[in-house]
Amino acid sequence: MVFREVKIAFEEKQVLNDISFRLPYGQTKAIFGVAGSGKSTILKLAIGLMRPDGGHIYTLGEDVTQMKEEALFELRRRVGIVFQESALFDSLTVRENVGFSLYEEGAPESEIEQRVREVLRFVELEHTLDLFPAELSGGMRRRVAIARAIITRPEVLLYDSPTGGLDPVTSTTIVELIIKQRDLYKTSSLLVTHRLQDAFIMATHYFDRQHNRMKPLPPGQGCEVPLSFLILRDGKVIFDGDAEELTHTRDEYIREYIS
Amino acid sequence: MRLLSPGEFAKGKVQSVQDYVLLAVRSITNLFRPPQYLADTIQQADMVGVGSLPIVLSACFFTGAALALNSAATLGRFGALTLIGQLVSIGIVRELGPVLAGLVVAGRNASGMASELGSMIVTEQIDAMRALGSDPTKKLVTPRVISTVVMMFFLTILGDFLGLSGGYVISTFMLGLNSHQYWSNAWQTLGFSDVFIGLTKPLVFGFIIATIGCYYGLSTKGGTQGVGRSTTEAVVAAMILIIGVDVFVTQLLTTILGS
Repeated sequence: MVFREVKIAFEEKQVLNDISFRLPYGQTKAIFGVAGSGKSTILKLAIGLMRPDGGHIYTLGEDVTQMKEEALFELRRRVGIVFQESALFDSLTVRENVGFSLYEEGAPESEIEQRVREVLRFVELEHTLDLFPAELSGGMRRRVAIARAIITRPEVLLYDSPTGGLDPVTSTTIVELIIKQRDLYKTSSLLVTHRLQDAFIMATHYFDRQHNRMKPLPPGQGCEVPLSFLILRDGKVIFDGDAEELTHTRDEYIREYIS
Repeated sequence: MRLLSPGEFAKGKVQSVQDYVLLAVRSITNLFRPPQYLADTIQQADMVGVGSLPIVLSACFFTGAALALNSAATLGRFGALTLIGQLVSIGIVRELGPVLAGLVVAGRNASGMASELGSMIVTEQIDAMRALGSDPTKKLVTPRVISTVVMMFFLTILGDFLGLSGGYVISTFMLGLNSHQYWSNAWQTLGFSDVFIGLTKPLVFGFIIATIGCYYGLSTKGGTQGVGRSTTEAVVAAMILIIGVDVFVTQLLTTILGS
């Protein structure tokens, strides 16, 4: 995914001003910034849910800024997104929510059932199949949203504040799922968050298949994690680099932000 | 709140009309592009048609009865009380049946559609649907338009019958007219043009109700307060349009059919 000199304004307020960055294949990029800095907007722009005022955005090789809505539907099926407040369809059950894309494609009922169960097992919520979103806790809703995003085996995943508003324990469960997805399926992802600790957990942990849980990386192996950081300020990218560069930055604002 | 200049205000209104026309056209052209959502259409038909049945039937019944009561005094003065069947029949079938059904369905369903879609907008469910590769105008708007148009047609037929029945009850049990005379008068006075005009209007009104309800719902801005505003505006706009368009449709069809 490539952003090239992208700009967008809302009611005369310039939210993104000529921002450029790349998300290489298999990498996770954590995007930080204060509230209203345009973090969520970046995700919506990436799949054409919003149109920029200028610049180009390439997602999976396609320039989404030049594509018509009809063509974007095809592209979006190859990208998964987890919305800030989960955005589950409240009139559908967990089964119907998670299998939504497959129902839309007209997949056979048996295949839908099998894949829905598979991804719900991944997020450890197989028992919630027939429940409605209103019957789930906040953390469970986020996990269902993750299941819905990964059911089509997307090539890129976009997470919009997946731990926002959750308690620390539930947040860690969600971060563990993101690490699991990253390490088991090598999916490229953009992670918008205001919780620095989530990104540092991602930078210092890996998913252990054998024990089915995340574990801290042995000392000195942090640089092997495919994770980078992007920090926004006043509509500009003020930092784009890995954890090592971030901890050694001399920028006062960034140092204050991460302290 | 920022005050708009007259130019900005006019521009905003023109933009709204353009967006509405585009949505209305898409709701029709979607019929010729797969996928088709038959199950959603049937579900909406049940909500619009069956759900509105009691209120449409009772409104038409009591209006027919009131029409008979009001006409009785005038007709009696000229010794033409026996013509009450004709008057009720023409009044209900050509005008009151379709308009009453339209206003009742607008009050009940345009508001329902606007609030449902508006809630989906503010909870990002519409964005989620687009992100999952589905076109909300196909999945949400077209089924509502088709089901409302079809159901308005049948609701009006039943409403007309109940309106005539209301007139019959008053004529027979209060005014002492012969029931056979009432029904044969009511039946024989109806020509092809009366029935054609009376059954064309509900198709137009159904289209107005659904497209206005969906348009206001999908244009919702500003959280729950915005949902409330959209709902109210949808009902007001649908009702005014029904009453206004009724005049034009009546004149147009009367000119074409020559009666």
